[in-house]
Amino acid sequence: MAEISVRTGGAAGDGIASVGDVLAKSLSRMGLHVFGLNAYQSVIRGGHVWFQARASADPIHSQGDQADVLFALNKETAQIHLPSMSAGSTVVYDPEKFELTDSELPVGTKKLAVPTLEIARKYSSQSILQNAAGLGATAYLAGIPLAGLQKTLLDSFGRKKGEIADWNVGAAGEGYAFAEKNSGANDHAVKPTGEPKLLMTGNQAIALGAAAAGCKFLAQYPMTPASTILHWLAAHSQQLGIVVKQAEDEIAVVNMAIGASFAGVRSMCATSGGGFSLMVEGLGMAGMTETPLVVVEAQRSGPSTGLPTKTEQGDLNLMLGAGQGDFPRAILAPADAGEAFRTTVKAFQLAEDWQTPVIVASDFHLSECMMTVERDEIPFPGPIPSLFTVEPNGGDYKRYAYTESGVSPRALPGQPGLQFKAGSDEHDERGHLISDVLSGVPIWVAERTKMMDKRMRKLEGLRTAGPQPTLEGPTDAPLTFVAWGSTVGAIRDATGVLRGKGVSTNLLRIPQVFPLATTALVPLLTQAKRTLLVEANFTGQLGRLIRAETGVDLPNRFLKYDGEPFTPTEIVQRALEVVSHGH
Amino acid sequence: MVTSAVPASGTTPLPVLVSKSDIKPTWCPGCGDFGVVAALEMALKRLKIPPHETVLVSGIGCSSNLPHFLNTYGFHGIHGRAIPVAEGIRWANHGLHVVVTGGDGDGFGIGAGHFVHAMRRNVKITYVAMDNQIYGLTTGQASPTSTMGAKTKSTPTGVIEHPINPIGLAIASGATYVARGFSGDVKQMADLIAGALQHNGFAFVDAFSPCVTYNKLNTFDWFRQRVYKLESAGHDPSDIGQAFVRAQEWGDKLPTGLFYKTDRPTYEDLEEVLQAGPVVRQPAGMVGKESILDEFL
Repeated sequence: MAEISVRTGGAAGDGIASVGDVLAKSLSRMGLHVFGLNAYQSVIRGGHVWFQARASADPIHSQGDQADVLFALNKETAQIHLPSMSAGSTVVYDPEKFELTDSELPVGTKKLAVPTLEIARKYSSQSILQNAAGLGATAYLAGIPLAGLQKTLLDSFGRKKGEIADWNVGAAGEGYAFAEKNSGANDHAVKPTGEPKLLMTGNQAIALGAAAAGCKFLAQYPMTPASTILHWLAAHSQQLGIVVKQAEDEIAVVNMAIGASFAGVRSMCATSGGGFSLMVEGLGMAGMTETPLVVVEAQRSGPSTGLPTKTEQGDLNLMLGAGQGDFPRAILAPADAGEAFRTTVKAFQLAEDWQTPVIVASDFHLSECMMTVERDEIPFPGPIPSLFTVEPNGGDYKRYAYTESGVSPRALPGQPGLQFKAGSDEHDERGHLISDVLSGVPIWVAERTKMMDKRMRKLEGLRTAGPQPTLEGPTDAPLTFVAWGSTVGAIRDATGVLRGKGVSTNLLRIPQVFPLATTALVPLLTQAKRTLLVEANFTGQLGRLIRAETGVDLPNRFLKYDGEPFTPTEIVQRALEVVSHGH
Repeated sequence: MVTSAVPASGTTPLPVLVSKSDIKPTWCPGCGDFGVVAALEMALKRLKIPPHETVLVSGIGCSSNLPHFLNTYGFHGIHGRAIPVAEGIRWANHGLHVVVTGGDGDGFGIGAGHFVHAMRRNVKITYVAMDNQIYGLTTGQASPTSTMGAKTKSTPTGVIEHPINPIGLAIASGATYVARGFSGDVKQMADLIAGALQHNGFAFVDAFSPCVTYNKLNTFDWFRQRVYKLESAGHDPSDIGQAFVRAQEWGDKLPTGLFYKTDRPTYEDLEEVLQAGPVVRQPAGMVGKESILDEFL
């Protein structure tokens, strides 16, 4: 087969994520395109967690819908996932752990009883080794070569190699051999297609993008699903020369990042909606003091603590409105790992060029899913120039000088003769306050207006400086999907399925959700024959923004707020509805 | 795109020392903060710290306007958040002298969390808190250091919360230089701030700085009648036990001077990345580091 989806599930603490990681990496090392979804809950032990690794010879953009091989560590997993098994699929399980009768299996699904515990006991009393045995059987069914599996498994132990790693490799080999001998016909196995591909999560891509863009300071407070940005950069801090600071709260985080940026280094902070809510006042200060700042907002299901380990695109309104008063900002929304890298690089450039905060809007699905990336999808920028290139000596320096673009010459502390004060109060061109003894005095009333106008000119510049909306697919398609962020992935897969059904669609995607590039966007919207807005939130937040900024209403919607990512199948169904019924 | 400053023609000679800026303080006549800014200017001058290598960071409040009044770099941020801004500045460029100035509401109320964490980190920052036991800029509400029973606009029948003890809190939190000055004694204040600036670690100077408009209880005269100097009382600032005992003194006798001083590695000493020099001068980006991608293969 050209494509396979391997699923494994059990309780938190069973090691599902590790099994999933090895499966996904083994498949990407075969040169296949891979999309890996790690579905977990906000518990450390117990509950139900599962991982799906989908791999294909052709590009794929989502976790898909079905499973072709399921490795079930407990009965609950079998019960939950059997309904989504494909024709000719196989369930791997251990009858010593639970019974699975033929009548429980969907038509066309086979079972393979693997003595995983028995194999594990040969090596150690640690039952966790059953995972390795089951992994071996599962990998055989997926078509992963044994040598490749064992190498990936060994690599997963990193420097902690030794007896335990060897036991795992041994148990995996036995499970593999058992499946080879007992599974019978298996038509789902995939074949290697080429050189290994890079496999990374959206968050790893963001962290890598930040490093490539010259980020020298990250401040963060742990919060799912942003934490792995902190983990990756902390692990590479010394190698890359990046100061990584876990602060006492997100208020400290944003203020530290602003301080570091004021002092002249490219700075970033990352969080989810709850932490971003704490950063709101700081965000406005970055806008007012014209300090470059990159904030990653990895959205999860809200409101409030919501569903901490589930996805949503419900924070757009928050990002748009964060901070009192008006100040320029940009919000960029990458769709996949490769784009997350490039978007982060772009965010740093925009923040520095326009001296204002730039938000990278990710979500749980993008941040935590792993995806293969081609090397040319993540081009590294050249050397990052120091801002200390000009060290002028004295003169009449105006930090906030009125300019046509709204961007004023920036000095850094340490540069002689250019001392100025950055102020969160309203100020004049030199940074002197006009908030206390001058406010309300006629000439300063005019000055306030001029300073607001200067700052807000940057918003107009950002409109065209950021990534522009694009139309993917045939321009004359009868249906146009409108989407932002990770939702784009399932739509891309759905578009292919629809094409197979003879239904032509295209995709209008908006990589910079604010400020909207209205000049480019309006013709694309008005030329669309019929639109379908797809968003993972309750109110259709992008749709509302588009209507507000362009006057174009997008009446057909597919809104989802159950915490689960969109699947291609449900998008296909909704699209067919709109195509046949008109709404 | 203009991102760097360009020198203007007709340059004027650089000031070598810190001095007053061309902005006149907006404080009420007789405000205690005048004594603090004078002491800070004296200390920076005495140590010949150049104005362009000095960054004054503040939050919001009357005293937080201080950075505007000296000819240094400055960041006048939002209420209670001066310390994290200052920490970010230090970690980006630890060649700079970073001084945080602010009031008791800013530092011990809304900003208390940052105050405590900066001290346990022992970041090399000089923090001068102008403590007037009242919210002045918002016209006279109770502050975290207001005296029990003090009647203010927000506590018309008197404060019913025990005041924060900034000195005790600082010692307990790991500050490595803890002092108290009084703006009625500018010379002593300048000496304490100079000591703070020379100290390698978090240096806290609690500055009694009376509000002449809204605090009719803790006035200049009230303080003058009570303050005494620790050094004249034989206090040993290397003794943390003695320091804690002195920190508890409140009432008829108010100690000023150096409570506690010790040496402990700073955050900057321990952060590996900073050992290659100020981060702002280090190369940025991943040119030549492409091999990191191997871990994703």
